[in-house]
Amino acid sequence: MRLSPDEMIFWQHGFFKLNATIVFTWGIMLVLVIGSMLITRKLSMDFKRSRWQNLLEMVVIGIMKQIEEVGLKEPAKYIAFLGSLFLFVAMASLCTIIPGYEPPTGSLSTTAALALCVLIAVPLFGIEDRGLGGYLKTYTEPTIIMLPFNIISEVSRTLALAVRLFGNMMSGAMIIGILLSITPFLFPIVMTLLGLLTGMVQAYIFSILAAVYIAAAISSKKPKSTPVRADQNLKHKT
Amino acid sequence: MPIDWFTVTAQAINFLVLVWLLRRFLYKPILKAIDAREKRIADELADAAAKQADAKKERDDYQQKNDEFDKQRAELLSQATDEANKEKQRLLGEAREAADTMSSDRMDALDKELKNLNQTITRRTQDEVFSVARKVLTDLADTFLEERATTVFIRQLRGMNGDAKSDLSKALKTSTDNAIVRSAFELPTEQQAEIQTAINETFSAEIDLKFETTPDLVSGIELTASGNKIAWSISDYLTSLEKGVGELLKVKPKAKPESKAKSQAEPLTS
Repeated sequence: MRLSPDEMIFWQHGFFKLNATIVFTWGIMLVLVIGSMLITRKLSMDFKRSRWQNLLEMVVIGIMKQIEEVGLKEPAKYIAFLGSLFLFVAMASLCTIIPGYEPPTGSLSTTAALALCVLIAVPLFGIEDRGLGGYLKTYTEPTIIMLPFNIISEVSRTLALAVRLFGNMMSGAMIIGILLSITPFLFPIVMTLLGLLTGMVQAYIFSILAAVYIAAAISSKKPKSTPVRADQNLKHKT
Repeated sequence: MPIDWFTVTAQAINFLVLVWLLRRFLYKPILKAIDAREKRIADELADAAAKQADAKKERDDYQQKNDEFDKQRAELLSQATDEANKEKQRLLGEAREAADTMSSDRMDALDKELKNLNQTITRRTQDEVFSVARKVLTDLADTFLEERATTVFIRQLRGMNGDAKSDLSKALKTSTDNAIVRSAFELPTEQQAEIQTAINETFSAEIDLKFETTPDLVSGIELTASGNKIAWSISDYLTSLEKGVGELLKVKPKAKPESKAKSQAEPLTS
């Protein structure tokens, strides 16, 4: 039994390889980008608009509202990163209903890549907002003694992000795989449904946590209690 | 479970490409469409608010104009009513004047008619009187009216004295024209000769006379010369007769015009 789609290699040439993780990621990317292109190609600025446009608008506005609720006052600035995170993880989970598909988020490489992106994006957004000095100063708050702990916190939460998503997605796929081999068909279907729910929740948690980290990085004036509490709540849920 | 760092790198690049593509093809167009719609809604709301304000202003203006119009209408109506009342009074006055004039004209016409009737009656009476007198004289006294009238006239002529006689004498003598003897009936030649003789003898002169017959003459015979006149008249008889007839006629003509005047005045006053 494969634990990760990384192990399914279609082509390899030295260091370069084409495994199921990358192929399925491209598939998801194609679906998302081509779907967006098809819908946004004939966007209506008028009051009357297509159902697909309504769906996309609902998704985009929903994401923006979530970002705003976390504490980011200019959601349009962060929606490309955070929204893409959510849509990618959600689409990766949603596609588990397709037979033969393995979610790329079930690969630790993918979740690590996403977590690394968050790890890099958080200081970039922080520096953009407060300047290099201002951002670095946040590591020494409230005292210089907190500097190593803050750095450890930064690394550990990235690791937690990667492992949390990987663990949830991998376990879901794994359980379905095991159940398929030992039980009749009905029970794996129920588990697939549960896996869909778990996947959507994970997508939400991953993007919201990224938003919370960015919100914490960009402004020290904002009450930190709200993002921290959200972070803690989400951790409790998982 | 080892991490495949090539896959990690590839997935990170894949994700960044996905971010760029979605930003290019999803978020930007959708947010642009939403912004455009929101702007349009805001514009339309502002436009609606402006239109509402305009409408309210126009409604107020119209209300004000309507009030003014009502006021003007009331004033014009009042003015027209006053003018109509004045015109009514004027027309009524004119109608009354016209009715009075018509009534007056009618009364004049009635008076004229009455006079004409009186004249006709007088003439007829005169004719009848002459006719009756002629017949009575012929039957009873075996004499003619013309003879008797001439005799009376001559007696009256001869009986003249004083200023009247001298004035007439002077007029007859000094007048260049012929003296005129008028009679209501045609005088026979004998009577004309008698009158000529009587005048010549009375005024002791040869007077040239001209005889004329005038049926309208009330008196029987008259002599005129340069404004002086002597006449035998039956006017006294006729006057008493006329008085009697006049009283009889006055009762009927007076009653009729009053009733007619009333019937003409009624439609105007109603």
